[in-house]
Amino acid sequence: MLRVEKRPSPSKTWGYLAPILAVIATMIGGGMMFALLGKDPFEAIRIIFYDPLFSEFAWYYRPQLLIKGAPLILIAIGLSMGFRAGVWNIGAEGQYIIGALFGAGFALAVYPTESVFIFPSMIILGALGGFLWAMIPAILKTKFGTNEILVSLMLVYVAEQLLASMSLGLMKNPEGFGFPGSRNLQQYASAHNAELWIGSGVHMGVVFGLIAVIFAYVMLARHQLGFHIRLTGESPKAARFAGVNPNRLIIFCLGSSGALAGLAGLFEIAGPSGQVNIDFNVGYGFTAIIVAFLGRLNPFGIMLAGLLMALTYIGGEIAQSSLGLPSAAIQAFQGMLLFFLLAVDLLTNFKIKWAKTEIIV
Amino acid sequence: MDLSAISPTLLVASLMVASTPILLASIGELVVEKSGVLNLGVEGMMITGAICGFAAAVLTGSPMIGFVCAALGGATISLVFAVLTQYFLSNQVATGLALTLFGLGLSAMLGQSYVGIKPPTTYKLDLPLISDVPILGPILFSHDFTVYAALALVLGVWWFLKYTRRGLILRAVGESHDAAHALGYKVVRVRVLAIMFGGACAGLGGAALSLVRVPQWTEGMTAGSGWIALAIVVFASWKPERILLGAYLFGGVAVLQLNLQAAGVSIPVEYLSMSPYLITIIVLVAMSANRAKSALNAPAALGRVFHASR
Repeated sequence: MLRVEKRPSPSKTWGYLAPILAVIATMIGGGMMFALLGKDPFEAIRIIFYDPLFSEFAWYYRPQLLIKGAPLILIAIGLSMGFRAGVWNIGAEGQYIIGALFGAGFALAVYPTESVFIFPSMIILGALGGFLWAMIPAILKTKFGTNEILVSLMLVYVAEQLLASMSLGLMKNPEGFGFPGSRNLQQYASAHNAELWIGSGVHMGVVFGLIAVIFAYVMLARHQLGFHIRLTGESPKAARFAGVNPNRLIIFCLGSSGALAGLAGLFEIAGPSGQVNIDFNVGYGFTAIIVAFLGRLNPFGIMLAGLLMALTYIGGEIAQSSLGLPSAAIQAFQGMLLFFLLAVDLLTNFKIKWAKTEIIV
Repeated sequence: MDLSAISPTLLVASLMVASTPILLASIGELVVEKSGVLNLGVEGMMITGAICGFAAAVLTGSPMIGFVCAALGGATISLVFAVLTQYFLSNQVATGLALTLFGLGLSAMLGQSYVGIKPPTTYKLDLPLISDVPILGPILFSHDFTVYAALALVLGVWWFLKYTRRGLILRAVGESHDAAHALGYKVVRVRVLAIMFGGACAGLGGAALSLVRVPQWTEGMTAGSGWIALAIVVFASWKPERILLGAYLFGGVAVLQLNLQAAGVSIPVEYLSMSPYLITIIVLVAMSANRAKSALNAPAALGRVFHASR
């Protein structure tokens, strides 16, 4: 009979192997799902994972990898710190929207002034917006002990309604012939989050994503706050005895993840998206949860996981046009990946042993 | 603005219909949490039930088969959660989130060809004379059968948890899985069954949404109902009878804001649509502010992983 035995400490080898195994399992599981939809599974998997990188149109898709990966990585880095400490911010999608609204709102207010200070101010406001939105669950949690999972999630729906209200009302383009949506920030030089090199896909969000990865790594590995986060996650009791202030940790985790999500929203609205509009948010805040777990809550792991998830987004779009794969299939595919990862994780924390059936007297 | 157009009688009657989906989902989640498992995947199970029920009802023309399939769909997808958390010992919060993300994707995929179709109508209680009694008639005697079924289910769960031996075992597992295990109760089996019951209820709730309340299929149509159901369990401090109160409260807010929208109140539509979510937050805060009282009823082993080491 198979017996499961807890390891004294999580296995390092399996920690690295588990995400790879999960991706392979998802390819098989996803392939079966695509086959059920009547598509050739091998072709679908090739289109999703291989074509964006190596097909003849890869020159177009490769920059997209950075454009789609940057917001995922930015948000996931923030979430991962909270997840380590057992602070569950599920509302990154809302913080992403509010950050975008803060930054874009400022740009639209000062339009058409041109100044070098506009974009930096937008960046600060974007982070501030996300931070403030995340402070709502943080303060409610520390003051009243309200469940941060439910509050942060409810605020996503509130933020979506605010976005709708803004794109139909206050921020609507006065020269937009009555169509919903704001002015396009891509056509407003001072506010445009342009590519740093044309055709590279590298915009300020990518740069900030990279900074966030390095910053998070140094903090977790070298700074006391990072040590407190890891300690709280691994042993809440030990953390309490060591004098870790749980409220400060909650404020920090939610605040920093909110600010990073807000930044991601700002870079998206000032760059690739360009417009305050009802369909501005596409679920990066939720996909980032998968990215954080797939990256093992480790900053460099998250960077790789973010790029992989961006790959599935792009590959999904290609498969949509060339194979007629439903757009939702890729969402189910990403969810499946998280399932497999959680299942494979058994091997990280537990040993599986063959044991003869014992008769317990 | 014409507030006189809002009839209190119709308001109460439509509140009962509007709250049925969350009532079903939250009574199921209550049982799951009473067994010590926190399943955050209610939203995913609900929407899976919504599309399974809708598709089955459209294909067979029978809403009854639709509801059965919705319950089966919800239970099946919850089984994934059950296996991962109970046998693969995964983190319940993360697995619940995965269930929601997967359910939303899966349902959108399955539902593609069902957008814009009208489902068959469900059976509605219509007693001659009695259903026509003013005020009481519309409120009590002329609802869809799902409304009565949901109420019966709440009553059944209350009775099960309070007066049956199995209910006692389920609560014991939720309070202390180690003690229950030591007494020889099958902790994992009890929890898997509870999770599947919760999944079936959430599935029914989803079908009540797609077949009765709306009735139509749109992608992501649950729009947070599953999360509100989770909040209601907290609001009810894990007591079945208070689930009813909570669900009707939220149903009331949802219906009232729709009525106010229709009456043309000068508050913008978007701000009215926010109200159910804001009320949920306010209620959660009010409940948790009274920490000693609310935590008293929470199952002691809620969210903890059970691993029988010997």
